[in-house]
Amino acid sequence: MKLNARKTRMNAIAIHAVMVPLAILWLFPVYMMFIFATMGDNAMFSHRILLLPGDQFWTNLSDLQRDVGFLRTLFNSVVVGVIYTFLSVLLTSMAGWALVNYKFFAKGTVVGIILGTMTLPFFVVVIPQFIMIARDFGLSNTWVALIVPPLFNSLGVLFMRQAFSMVPKELFDAARVEGVSEWKIYLHVGLPLVKPMLAALSIILFLHSWNNYLWPLLITNDPEMMTAPVALGSLIGNVDISWGSIMVGAALLTAPMLLVFVFLQKFFMAGITAGAVK
Amino acid sequence: MRRRSLTAYGFLAPYLAIFAVFWLWPIIYSFMLSFMQTRRAPWGFNPNMTWGRIVQDPAFYNALKNTLTILAIQVPIMLTLATLLAVLLNSKLLKARGLLRFAFFAPVVIGEAAYAALFRLMFNAEFGIVNKVIETIGLNGVNWFGDPEAAMAVIIIAVTWRWVGYNAIIILSGLQSIPDDVYEAARLDNVSPRQQFLYITLPLLRPVILFSLVLSVIGSMQLFAEPFLITNVGGPGGATETLGLYLYRQGFLNLNFGYASAIAYTIAALAVAISALNLWIGREKA
Repeated sequence: MKLNARKTRMNAIAIHAVMVPLAILWLFPVYMMFIFATMGDNAMFSHRILLLPGDQFWTNLSDLQRDVGFLRTLFNSVVVGVIYTFLSVLLTSMAGWALVNYKFFAKGTVVGIILGTMTLPFFVVVIPQFIMIARDFGLSNTWVALIVPPLFNSLGVLFMRQAFSMVPKELFDAARVEGVSEWKIYLHVGLPLVKPMLAALSIILFLHSWNNYLWPLLITNDPEMMTAPVALGSLIGNVDISWGSIMVGAALLTAPMLLVFVFLQKFFMAGITAGAVK
Repeated sequence: MRRRSLTAYGFLAPYLAIFAVFWLWPIIYSFMLSFMQTRRAPWGFNPNMTWGRIVQDPAFYNALKNTLTILAIQVPIMLTLATLLAVLLNSKLLKARGLLRFAFFAPVVIGEAAYAALFRLMFNAEFGIVNKVIETIGLNGVNWFGDPEAAMAVIIIAVTWRWVGYNAIIILSGLQSIPDDVYEAARLDNVSPRQQFLYITLPLLRPVILFSLVLSVIGSMQLFAEPFLITNVGGPGGATETLGLYLYRQGFLNLNFGYASAIAYTIAALAVAISALNLWIGREKA
């Protein structure tokens, strides 16, 4: 028995000896992103390794704002993220609701489409999307261009189908007997019952939109309509702007998502693993 | 459940409308484009300018080689590490599990542009912190973005850093679905922990690891932001140009939509083929 206790203790030490240094290594770049954001050029180009915050954060931020109007692009990212998330949750939950609650013509085909496009590379559709939006419709640099084409996603529907399928059908049948319309049952009975799943899906979709880089890069060139990641990307490799300012941009993009992750970890994990287990 | 096609399609209509306009039609359209010359108006059927060109384009083969190299090195490293992390994160002996999970998962919530900027700065040859650390321990700094192999290493390190936690979480969810009594029985039969891992854990994790593998293959085939932003548009001299970046250059810098569509379909075909091959090799042996 004593031997076993000692063995367990050795194992515990071994596990921590692997995990703690690895975790520090993994967090180190995130930590440094915030430290770099507070450094002036002197500290950045110094030969010493500096691990503590400097005092240039506000200077870096005001340079970033002056040179590229970064706060405006952050505002764009928030607007696009909020509207996109709302519309996408609405569309995918409606579709998920239909898949769970009704038998209908060509249902198998609809499910096949959703599953089939899940693994299709975005590159297969991006060129025509670009031709349509930018050339045919002339919608470059508009909210519609930023929000609407990315609205189709398979994950949301599968996620909501899963959510609704766990709700007992009797709850809806009771409403049907009362003569309540299907739309109202979805809105007033169905949706409130899956609130935690809606929250999890919203977080994932917002994150997706917030970090989206390629599509906004293609359809915005007006600095007033760029999203923050596009504006940030355009600064990389630009010698006129300091690394400290670029890191302020990176930190402003990252900090809100880290906070969301810390406080809503449960929802986050539910959203991530949804695709895996089922 | 009564048959209610009209009601059902009422609910599905907005979603399917977006699908039709922004996915179904583009899938067909880019397939047609991949057989058309789009360099001069009017565009017309001319597969010599697209598929005919792709089979003898050295830049395409270079991008293909780079993409497959990254895939072949990065994915196995990442999935091995992710499996290890998942097993250790699942251990009851581990303290502060939430904190450790946060450490490995934090990179996942950081966007491509932000993390690309960070890695470009950290690996800067003159004042990047990576070289400062290397020089502190007495070695020579590496010219990360000037040397083809070093630049490739940066891409592989960056992608692994960002995605290992995501895969570990997926594998962890698979681990947690393995019932405890399986291990209980093994312990009673004096099966060593190593054997438990090899003969119980790994086989039961196979479906989840395969899922991660397929996602990683599809992700690797589409690498774009890393070579675009971290290694300065595929530098040095095209050494890190991926298929995704080559497509971007052909489609959106040269505006050669036909040729870019042929590249897009090549990427899709390769992603499907490699995923299918993985699923076939990893299939349940009955």
